[in-house]
Amino acid sequence: MGGLIKSSIARKVAMALSGLFLVFFLLQHFSINFTSVFSPDLFNELSHFMGINPIVQFALQPILIFAVIFHFVMGFILELQNNRARAVKYAKYNGSANASWVSRNMIYSGLVVLAFLGLHFYDFWVPEIVYKYVEVNPEVPTRYYEELVHKFESPIRTGLYVLSFVFLALHLWHGFASSFQSVGFNNKYAVGATKFAKAFAILIPLGFVVIAVIHHFNH
Amino acid sequence: MNLTLKIWRQKDARSKGKIVDYPISGVEGDMSFLEMLDMLNEGLIEKGEEPVVFDHDCREGICGSCSLQIDGEPHGPDRFVTTCQLHMRKFNDGDTIYIEPFRAKAFPVIKDLMIDRSSFDRIQQAGGFISVNTSGNTIDANAIPIRKEDADQAMDAATCIGCGACVAACKNASAMLFTSAKVSQFSLLPQGQVEATERVMAMVNQMDEEGFGNCTNTGACEIECPKGISLENIARMNREYLKASLKG
Repeated sequence: MGGLIKSSIARKVAMALSGLFLVFFLLQHFSINFTSVFSPDLFNELSHFMGINPIVQFALQPILIFAVIFHFVMGFILELQNNRARAVKYAKYNGSANASWVSRNMIYSGLVVLAFLGLHFYDFWVPEIVYKYVEVNPEVPTRYYEELVHKFESPIRTGLYVLSFVFLALHLWHGFASSFQSVGFNNKYAVGATKFAKAFAILIPLGFVVIAVIHHFNH
Repeated sequence: MNLTLKIWRQKDARSKGKIVDYPISGVEGDMSFLEMLDMLNEGLIEKGEEPVVFDHDCREGICGSCSLQIDGEPHGPDRFVTTCQLHMRKFNDGDTIYIEPFRAKAFPVIKDLMIDRSSFDRIQQAGGFISVNTSGNTIDANAIPIRKEDADQAMDAATCIGCGACVAACKNASAMLFTSAKVSQFSLLPQGQVEATERVMAMVNQMDEEGFGNCTNTGACEIECPKGISLENIARMNREYLKASLKG
Protein backbone atom coordinates (compact mmCIF):
# COMPACT_ATOMS: atom_id res chain seq x y z
CA MET A 1 0.00 0.00 0.00
CA GLY A 2 3.03 2.26 0.45
CA GLY A 3 3.22 2.73 -3.29
CA LEU A 4 -0.29 4.14 -3.32
CA ILE A 5 0.84 7.17 -1.35
CA LYS A 6 4.21 7.77 -2.92
CA SER A 7 3.86 7.09 -6.64
CA SER A 8 3.04 9.47 -9.47
CA ILE A 9 0.04 7.31 -10.43
CA ALA A 10 -1.31 7.46 -6.86
CA ARG A 11 -1.01 11.25 -6.88
CA LYS A 12 -2.78 11.37 -10.23
CA VAL A 13 -5.64 9.16 -9.00
CA ALA A 14 -5.89 11.20 -5.78
CA MET A 15 -6.19 14.41 -7.84
CA ALA A 16 -8.87 12.80 -9.98
CA LEU A 17 -10.92 11.47 -7.05
CA SER A 18 -10.77 14.72 -5.07
CA GLY A 19 -11.70 16.56 -8.27
CA LEU A 20 -14.66 14.23 -8.90
CA PHE A 21 -15.85 14.79 -5.35
CA LEU A 22 -15.69 18.55 -5.88
CA VAL A 23 -17.59 18.18 -9.17
CA PHE A 24 -20.33 16.30 -7.32
CA PHE A 25 -20.41 19.04 -4.67
CA LEU A 26 -20.62 21.68 -7.39
CA LEU A 27 -23.69 19.98 -8.87
CA GLN A 28 -25.37 19.87 -5.46
CA HIS A 29 -24.48 23.55 -4.83
CA PHE A 30 -25.84 24.53 -8.22
CA SER A 31 -29.08 22.62 -7.67
CA ILE A 32 -29.80 24.54 -4.47
CA ASN A 33 -28.74 27.91 -5.89
CA PHE A 34 -30.93 27.33 -8.92
CA THR A 35 -34.05 27.18 -6.74
CA SER A 36 -33.38 30.80 -5.70
CA VAL A 37 -34.32 31.91 -9.23
CA PHE A 38 -37.88 30.56 -9.15
CA SER A 39 -38.70 29.93 -5.46
CA PRO A 40 -37.14 31.98 -2.63
CA ASP A 41 -39.09 29.84 -0.16
CA LEU A 42 -37.66 26.57 -1.45
CA PHE A 43 -34.19 28.15 -1.49
CA ASN A 44 -34.61 29.23 2.13
CA GLU A 45 -35.88 25.81 3.11
CA LEU A 46 -32.99 23.94 1.48
CA SER A 47 -30.38 26.42 2.78
CA HIS A 48 -31.79 26.16 6.27
CA PHE A 49 -31.63 22.35 6.09
CA MET A 50 -27.99 22.50 4.94
CA GLY A 51 -27.21 25.07 7.62
CA ILE A 52 -28.54 23.14 10.60
CA ASN A 53 -28.26 19.47 9.61
CA PRO A 54 -25.51 17.97 11.82
CA ILE A 55 -24.41 15.44 9.16
CA VAL A 56 -23.95 18.25 6.62
CA GLN A 57 -22.33 20.60 9.13
CA PHE A 58 -20.02 18.28 11.03
CA ALA A 59 -19.37 15.41 8.61
CA LEU A 60 -19.79 16.56 5.00
CA GLN A 61 -18.51 20.11 5.48
CA PRO A 62 -15.14 19.05 6.95
CA ILE A 63 -14.77 16.43 4.18
CA LEU A 64 -15.47 19.13 1.61
CA ILE A 65 -12.92 21.51 3.14
CA PHE A 66 -10.37 18.71 3.27
CA ALA A 67 -11.04 17.85 -0.41
CA VAL A 68 -10.59 21.49 -1.46
CA ILE A 69 -7.35 21.91 0.50
CA PHE A 70 -6.03 18.52 -0.64
CA HIS A 71 -6.82 19.29 -4.30
CA PHE A 72 -5.02 22.62 -4.42
CA VAL A 73 -2.08 21.64 -2.19
CA MET A 74 -1.52 18.51 -4.29
CA GLY A 75 -1.89 20.65 -7.42
CA PHE A 76 0.92 22.94 -6.22
CA ILE A 77 3.14 19.98 -5.29
CA LEU A 78 2.62 18.38 -8.69
CA GLU A 79 3.38 21.68 -10.44
CA LEU A 80 6.65 22.06 -8.51
CA GLN A 81 7.65 18.46 -9.21
CA ASN A 82 6.82 18.85 -12.88
CA ASN A 83 8.88 22.03 -13.14
CA ARG A 84 11.83 20.25 -11.56
CA ALA A 85 11.49 17.39 -14.08
CA ARG A 86 12.62 19.81 -16.80
CA ALA A 87 15.20 22.03 -15.18
CA VAL A 88 16.52 23.47 -18.46
CA LYS A 89 13.64 24.85 -20.52
CA TYR A 90 13.34 24.78 -24.30
CA ALA A 91 14.36 27.90 -26.22
CA LYS A 92 11.36 27.17 -28.44
CA TYR A 93 8.43 25.08 -27.20
CA ASN A 94 5.41 24.73 -29.45
CA GLY A 95 2.93 23.50 -26.83
CA SER A 96 -0.15 24.45 -28.85
CA ALA A 97 0.87 21.98 -31.58
CA ASN A 98 -0.03 18.98 -29.49
CA ALA A 99 -2.10 20.00 -26.45
CA SER A 100 -4.87 22.47 -25.67
CA TRP A 101 -4.15 25.71 -23.80
CA VAL A 102 -6.59 24.65 -21.09
CA SER A 103 -4.82 21.34 -20.40
CA ARG A 104 -1.42 23.05 -20.22
CA ASN A 105 -2.53 25.81 -17.87
CA MET A 106 -4.58 24.06 -15.20
CA ILE A 107 -2.43 25.70 -12.53
CA TYR A 108 -3.52 29.19 -13.66
CA SER A 109 -7.23 28.40 -14.03
CA GLY A 110 -6.95 26.63 -10.68
CA LEU A 111 -5.35 29.69 -9.06
CA VAL A 112 -8.21 31.90 -10.24
CA VAL A 113 -10.74 29.40 -8.84
CA LEU A 114 -8.78 29.33 -5.58
CA ALA A 115 -8.83 33.14 -5.37
CA PHE A 116 -12.55 33.00 -6.03
CA LEU A 117 -12.97 30.49 -3.20
CA GLY A 118 -11.24 32.99 -0.91
CA LEU A 119 -13.79 35.65 -1.92
CA HIS A 120 -16.63 33.16 -1.63
CA PHE A 121 -15.59 32.11 1.86
CA TYR A 122 -15.28 35.79 2.86
CA ASP A 123 -18.73 36.50 1.40
CA PHE A 124 -20.73 33.54 2.64
CA TRP A 125 -18.93 30.90 4.66
CA VAL A 126 -17.14 33.08 7.25
CA PRO A 127 -20.25 35.25 8.01
CA GLU A 128 -22.30 32.06 8.28
CA ILE A 129 -19.86 30.46 10.75
CA VAL A 130 -19.69 33.71 12.77
CA TYR A 131 -23.49 34.03 12.75
CA LYS A 132 -24.08 30.47 13.92
CA TYR A 133 -21.12 29.41 16.02
CA VAL A 134 -19.40 32.61 17.26
CA GLU A 135 -22.26 35.03 17.90
CA VAL A 136 -24.70 32.10 18.36
CA ASN A 137 -27.61 34.01 16.87
CA PRO A 138 -31.09 32.48 16.81
CA GLU A 139 -31.96 30.59 13.65
CA VAL A 140 -34.02 32.58 11.15
CA PRO A 141 -35.09 30.09 8.46
CA THR A 142 -36.03 32.84 6.00
CA ARG A 143 -32.83 34.91 6.05
CA TYR A 144 -30.88 33.09 3.30
CA TYR A 145 -32.55 34.44 0.18
CA GLU A 146 -32.18 38.09 1.27
CA GLU A 147 -28.50 37.51 2.13
CA LEU A 148 -27.89 35.96 -1.30
CA VAL A 149 -29.58 38.77 -3.22
CA HIS A 150 -27.81 41.39 -1.12
CA LYS A 151 -24.40 39.98 -2.10
CA PHE A 152 -25.12 40.39 -5.79
CA GLU A 153 -26.05 44.08 -5.55
CA SER A 154 -22.47 45.10 -6.29
CA PRO A 155 -21.61 45.03 -10.02
CA ILE A 156 -17.94 44.51 -9.16
CA ARG A 157 -18.68 41.43 -7.07
CA THR A 158 -21.05 40.07 -9.72
CA GLY A 159 -18.39 40.71 -12.38
CA LEU A 160 -15.77 38.88 -10.33
CA TYR A 161 -18.14 35.93 -9.90
CA VAL A 162 -18.78 35.79 -13.64
CA LEU A 163 -15.06 35.96 -14.45
CA SER A 164 -14.28 33.26 -11.89
CA PHE A 165 -16.87 30.93 -13.35
CA VAL A 166 -15.33 31.35 -16.79
CA PHE A 167 -12.06 30.07 -15.34
CA LEU A 168 -13.90 27.33 -13.47
CA ALA A 169 -15.39 26.23 -16.80
CA LEU A 170 -11.89 26.11 -18.32
CA HIS A 171 -10.60 24.14 -15.34
CA LEU A 172 -13.49 21.66 -15.53
CA TRP A 173 -13.21 21.37 -19.32
CA HIS A 174 -9.93 19.53 -18.93
CA GLY A 175 -10.11 18.34 -15.33
CA PHE A 176 -13.46 16.57 -15.25
CA ALA A 177 -13.01 14.65 -18.51
CA SER A 178 -9.39 13.71 -17.80
CA SER A 179 -10.26 12.35 -14.35
CA PHE A 180 -11.78 9.33 -16.11
CA GLN A 181 -8.47 8.62 -17.82
CA SER A 182 -6.64 9.04 -14.49
CA VAL A 183 -8.70 6.36 -12.77
CA GLY A 184 -8.14 4.02 -15.71
CA PHE A 185 -11.51 4.47 -17.42
CA ASN A 186 -10.73 4.70 -21.12
CA ASN A 187 -12.89 2.40 -23.25
CA LYS A 188 -15.78 2.79 -25.70
CA TYR A 189 -18.06 4.05 -22.89
CA ALA A 190 -15.54 6.73 -21.93
CA VAL A 191 -16.40 8.63 -25.12
CA GLY A 192 -19.92 9.29 -23.84
CA ALA A 193 -18.65 10.08 -20.35
CA THR A 194 -16.20 12.60 -21.80
CA LYS A 195 -18.98 14.31 -23.76
CA PHE A 196 -21.06 14.51 -20.59
CA ALA A 197 -18.08 15.99 -18.69
CA LYS A 198 -17.50 18.63 -21.38
CA ALA A 199 -21.19 19.58 -21.36
CA PHE A 200 -21.13 19.75 -17.55
CA ALA A 201 -18.02 21.98 -17.69
CA ILE A 202 -19.92 24.54 -19.75
CA LEU A 203 -23.48 24.27 -18.43
CA ILE A 204 -22.94 24.29 -14.67
CA PRO A 205 -20.62 27.35 -14.54
CA LEU A 206 -22.94 29.05 -17.05
CA GLY A 207 -25.85 28.28 -14.73
CA PHE A 208 -24.04 29.89 -11.79
CA VAL A 209 -23.33 32.95 -13.96
CA VAL A 210 -26.99 33.22 -14.98
CA ILE A 211 -28.12 32.98 -11.34
CA ALA A 212 -25.68 35.74 -10.27
CA VAL A 213 -26.69 38.01 -13.16
CA ILE A 214 -30.43 37.48 -12.58
CA HIS A 215 -30.12 38.43 -8.90
CA HIS A 216 -27.95 41.42 -9.78
CA PHE A 217 -30.48 42.87 -12.23
CA ASN A 218 -33.60 41.85 -10.33
CA HIS A 219 -32.58 43.63 -7.23
CA MET B 1 16.90 26.36 -49.83
CA ASN B 2 18.69 28.77 -47.47
CA LEU B 3 18.04 28.28 -43.77
CA THR B 4 19.19 29.61 -40.42
CA LEU B 5 19.70 26.88 -37.85
CA LYS B 6 19.64 27.76 -34.16
CA ILE B 7 21.37 24.77 -32.60
CA TRP B 8 21.98 23.94 -28.93
CA ARG B 9 25.73 23.53 -28.39
CA GLN B 10 27.03 22.08 -25.14
CA LYS B 11 30.59 20.88 -24.64
CA ASP B 12 29.75 18.14 -22.16
CA ALA B 13 27.28 17.16 -19.44
CA ARG B 14 28.78 19.58 -16.91
CA SER B 15 29.18 22.61 -19.17
CA LYS B 16 26.58 25.26 -19.72
CA GLY B 17 25.15 25.19 -23.22
CA LYS B 18 23.80 27.88 -25.50
CA ILE B 19 22.01 28.35 -28.81
CA VAL B 20 24.39 29.05 -31.71
CA ASP B 21 23.28 30.33 -35.13
CA TYR B 22 24.38 28.49 -38.29
CA PRO B 23 23.36 29.77 -41.71
CA ILE B 24 23.18 26.93 -44.25
CA SER B 25 22.53 27.04 -47.98
CA GLY B 26 22.01 24.46 -50.73
CA VAL B 27 19.55 22.38 -48.73
CA GLU B 28 17.37 20.18 -50.98
CA GLY B 29 13.76 19.34 -50.18
CA ASP B 30 14.47 15.62 -50.69
CA MET B 31 17.14 15.59 -47.98
CA SER B 32 16.22 14.06 -44.66
CA PHE B 33 16.69 16.28 -41.63
CA LEU B 34 19.71 14.24 -40.55
CA GLU B 35 21.25 14.50 -44.03
CA MET B 36 20.89 18.26 -43.72
CA LEU B 37 22.76 18.08 -40.39
CA ASP B 38 25.39 15.85 -42.04
CA MET B 39 25.86 18.57 -44.65
CA LEU B 40 26.20 21.19 -41.94
CA ASN B 41 28.79 19.06 -40.15
CA GLU B 42 30.83 18.52 -43.32
CA GLY B 43 30.98 22.30 -43.70
CA LEU B 44 32.00 22.75 -40.06
CA ILE B 45 34.74 20.12 -40.36
CA GLU B 46 36.07 21.80 -43.53
CA LYS B 47 36.25 25.08 -41.61
CA GLY B 48 38.08 23.36 -38.76
CA GLU B 49 35.15 23.73 -36.36
CA GLU B 50 33.74 21.02 -34.16
CA PRO B 51 30.78 19.21 -35.74
CA VAL B 52 27.38 19.10 -34.02
CA VAL B 53 26.90 15.85 -32.12
CA PHE B 54 23.49 14.15 -32.50
CA ASP B 55 22.06 10.65 -31.98
CA HIS B 56 21.24 8.47 -34.99
CA ASP B 57 21.50 4.86 -36.09
CA CYS B 58 19.14 3.03 -38.46
CA ARG B 59 17.81 6.13 -40.22
CA GLU B 60 14.63 4.28 -41.14
CA GLY B 61 12.46 5.06 -38.13
CA ILE B 62 12.70 1.83 -36.18
CA CYS B 63 15.69 2.02 -33.82
CA GLY B 64 14.61 4.93 -31.62
CA SER B 65 18.06 6.51 -31.62
CA CYS B 66 17.35 9.82 -33.28
CA SER B 67 15.74 12.49 -31.19
CA LEU B 68 15.85 16.31 -31.56
CA GLN B 69 13.33 18.94 -30.58
CA ILE B 70 12.79 20.70 -33.91
CA ASP B 71 11.01 24.06 -33.84
CA GLY B 72 9.50 23.23 -30.48
CA GLU B 73 8.26 19.73 -31.32
CA PRO B 74 9.93 16.33 -30.88
CA HIS B 75 10.91 14.88 -34.28
CA GLY B 76 9.70 18.10 -35.90
CA PRO B 77 6.35 19.26 -37.29
CA ASP B 78 5.45 16.03 -39.16
CA ARG B 79 3.27 13.34 -37.55
CA PHE B 80 4.13 9.64 -37.11
CA VAL B 81 7.74 10.06 -38.22
CA THR B 82 11.07 10.14 -36.45
CA THR B 83 13.64 12.86 -37.13
CA CYS B 84 15.46 10.60 -39.60
CA GLN B 85 12.23 10.29 -41.64
CA LEU B 86 11.54 14.04 -41.58
CA HIS B 87 12.26 15.66 -44.92
CA MET B 88 13.41 19.20 -45.58
CA ARG B 89 10.46 19.75 -47.93
CA LYS B 90 8.48 20.41 -44.73
CA PHE B 91 10.40 23.69 -44.42
CA ASN B 92 10.54 26.79 -46.57
CA ASP B 93 13.39 28.84 -47.98
CA GLY B 94 14.47 31.46 -45.46
CA ASP B 95 13.12 29.57 -42.43
CA THR B 96 14.81 29.73 -39.03
CA ILE B 97 14.78 26.31 -37.35
CA TYR B 98 15.42 25.72 -33.65
CA ILE B 99 17.18 22.41 -32.96
CA GLU B 100 17.47 21.36 -29.32
CA PRO B 101 17.99 18.13 -27.42
CA PHE B 102 14.98 16.38 -25.82
CA ARG B 103 14.79 18.15 -22.46
CA ALA B 104 14.21 16.31 -19.20
CA LYS B 105 16.08 15.96 -15.94
CA ALA B 106 16.04 12.21 -16.58
CA PHE B 107 17.57 12.72 -20.07
CA PRO B 108 20.81 14.60 -19.29
CA VAL B 109 22.67 16.08 -22.24
CA ILE B 110 25.91 14.22 -23.04
CA LYS B 111 27.08 16.67 -25.70
CA ASP B 112 25.28 19.12 -27.99
CA LEU B 113 22.11 17.31 -29.10
CA MET B 114 23.05 13.87 -27.79
CA ILE B 115 21.21 12.79 -24.64
CA ASP B 116 21.50 9.94 -22.16
CA ARG B 117 18.25 7.92 -22.30
CA SER B 118 19.49 5.07 -20.10
CA SER B 119 16.70 5.96 -17.65
CA PHE B 120 14.38 4.21 -20.16
CA ASP B 121 16.64 1.14 -20.08
CA ARG B 122 16.43 1.04 -16.29
CA ILE B 123 12.62 1.25 -16.38
CA GLN B 124 12.61 -1.65 -18.86
CA GLN B 125 15.07 -3.63 -16.75
CA ALA B 126 12.91 -3.12 -13.65
CA GLY B 127 10.10 -5.27 -15.03
CA GLY B 128 9.74 -5.14 -18.81
CA PHE B 129 10.29 -8.86 -19.35
CA ILE B 130 8.62 -12.25 -18.86
CA SER B 131 10.07 -15.40 -17.32
CA VAL B 132 9.68 -18.59 -19.32
CA ASN B 133 10.29 -22.11 -18.08
CA THR B 134 12.82 -23.55 -20.50
CA SER B 135 13.56 -26.78 -18.63
CA GLY B 136 11.83 -28.99 -21.15
CA ASN B 137 8.30 -27.77 -20.40
CA THR B 138 8.27 -24.76 -22.69
CA ILE B 139 4.97 -24.11 -24.43
CA ASP B 140 5.30 -22.69 -27.90
CA ALA B 141 3.87 -19.16 -27.81
CA ASN B 142 2.01 -19.89 -31.05
CA ALA B 143 0.17 -22.73 -29.31
CA ILE B 144 -1.41 -20.38 -26.75
CA PRO B 145 -4.73 -19.00 -28.02
CA ILE B 146 -4.96 -15.20 -27.71
CA ARG B 147 -7.91 -13.03 -28.69
CA LYS B 148 -7.23 -11.11 -31.89
CA GLU B 149 -8.12 -7.76 -30.22
CA ASP B 150 -5.67 -8.42 -27.37
CA ALA B 151 -2.92 -9.51 -29.73
CA ASP B 152 -3.44 -6.39 -31.85
CA GLN B 153 -3.38 -4.06 -28.85
CA ALA B 154 -0.28 -5.76 -27.41
CA MET B 155 1.44 -5.44 -30.77
CA ASP B 156 0.44 -1.77 -31.04
CA ALA B 157 1.97 -1.13 -27.60
CA ALA B 158 5.09 -3.08 -28.56
CA THR B 159 5.74 -0.77 -31.52
CA CYS B 160 7.12 1.81 -29.05
CA ILE B 161 10.74 2.38 -30.04
CA GLY B 162 11.67 4.15 -26.81
CA CYS B 163 12.83 7.33 -28.52
CA GLY B 164 11.62 9.62 -25.70
CA ALA B 165 9.46 11.93 -27.83
CA CYS B 166 6.64 11.47 -25.30
CA VAL B 167 8.85 12.87 -22.54
CA ALA B 168 10.13 15.67 -24.76
CA ALA B 169 6.61 16.73 -25.78
CA CYS B 170 5.08 16.58 -22.32
CA LYS B 171 5.10 19.91 -20.49
CA ASN B 172 5.84 17.90 -17.33
CA ALA B 173 8.54 15.67 -18.88
CA SER B 174 6.47 12.64 -17.90
CA ALA B 175 7.40 9.16 -19.11
CA MET B 176 3.95 7.65 -18.60
CA LEU B 177 3.34 6.85 -22.28
CA PHE B 178 6.62 4.95 -22.67
CA THR B 179 6.22 3.05 -19.40
CA SER B 180 2.56 2.27 -20.09
CA ALA B 181 3.40 0.88 -23.54
CA LYS B 182 6.01 -1.41 -22.00
CA VAL B 183 3.57 -2.52 -19.30
CA SER B 184 0.69 -3.00 -21.77
CA GLN B 185 2.59 -5.13 -24.27
CA PHE B 186 2.81 -7.82 -21.57
CA SER B 187 -0.30 -7.21 -19.49
CA LEU B 188 -2.52 -7.97 -22.50
CA LEU B 189 -0.95 -11.39 -23.10
CA PRO B 190 -1.22 -14.61 -21.06
CA GLN B 191 2.58 -14.83 -20.90
CA GLY B 192 2.64 -11.51 -19.06
CA GLN B 193 0.23 -12.46 -16.30
CA VAL B 194 2.66 -14.30 -14.02
CA GLU B 195 4.64 -11.17 -13.14
CA ALA B 196 1.84 -8.66 -13.74
CA THR B 197 1.71 -7.34 -10.16
CA GLU B 198 5.46 -7.01 -9.65
CA ARG B 199 6.03 -5.65 -13.15
CA VAL B 200 3.81 -2.59 -12.97
CA MET B 201 4.91 -1.70 -9.44
CA ALA B 202 8.61 -2.04 -10.27
CA MET B 203 8.43 -0.15 -13.56
CA VAL B 204 6.37 2.74 -12.14
CA ASN B 205 8.64 2.98 -9.09
CA GLN B 206 11.70 3.10 -11.35
CA MET B 207 10.03 5.73 -13.55
CA ASP B 208 9.44 7.90 -10.47
CA GLU B 209 12.96 7.35 -9.16
CA GLU B 210 14.45 8.54 -12.46
CA GLY B 211 12.90 11.99 -11.89
CA PHE B 212 10.31 12.11 -14.66
CA GLY B 213 7.35 14.44 -14.08
CA ASN B 214 3.71 13.59 -13.37
CA CYS B 215 1.14 12.99 -16.09
CA THR B 216 -1.61 15.62 -16.34
CA ASN B 217 -3.41 14.10 -19.34
CA THR B 218 -2.59 16.87 -21.81
CA GLY B 219 -2.29 14.21 -24.53
CA ALA B 220 0.79 15.83 -26.11
CA CYS B 221 2.69 12.51 -25.92
CA GLU B 222 0.12 10.66 -28.01
CA ILE B 223 0.11 13.37 -30.68
CA GLU B 224 3.91 13.50 -30.95
CA CYS B 225 4.64 9.77 -30.68
CA PRO B 226 6.16 8.66 -34.00
CA LYS B 227 4.57 5.24 -33.53
CA GLY B 228 1.11 6.47 -32.54
CA ILE B 229 1.12 4.85 -29.07
CA SER B 230 -2.32 5.51 -27.59
CA LEU B 231 -3.28 7.13 -24.28
CA GLU B 232 -5.36 3.99 -23.65
CA ASN B 233 -2.10 2.40 -22.55
CA ILE B 234 -1.75 4.94 -19.73
CA ALA B 235 -5.30 4.22 -18.54
CA ARG B 236 -4.48 0.49 -18.66
CA MET B 237 -1.29 1.03 -16.65
CA ASN B 238 -3.24 3.08 -14.07
CA ARG B 239 -5.71 0.20 -13.70
CA GLU B 240 -2.88 -2.34 -13.46
CA TYR B 241 -1.10 -0.22 -10.86
CA LEU B 242 -4.20 0.27 -8.70
CA LYS B 243 -4.95 -3.46 -8.91
CA ALA B 244 -1.37 -4.31 -7.95
CA SER B 245 -1.37 -1.78 -5.08
CA LEU B 246 -4.54 -3.27 -3.60
CA LYS B 247 -3.04 -6.77 -3.86
CA GLY B 248 -0.12 -5.41 -1.82
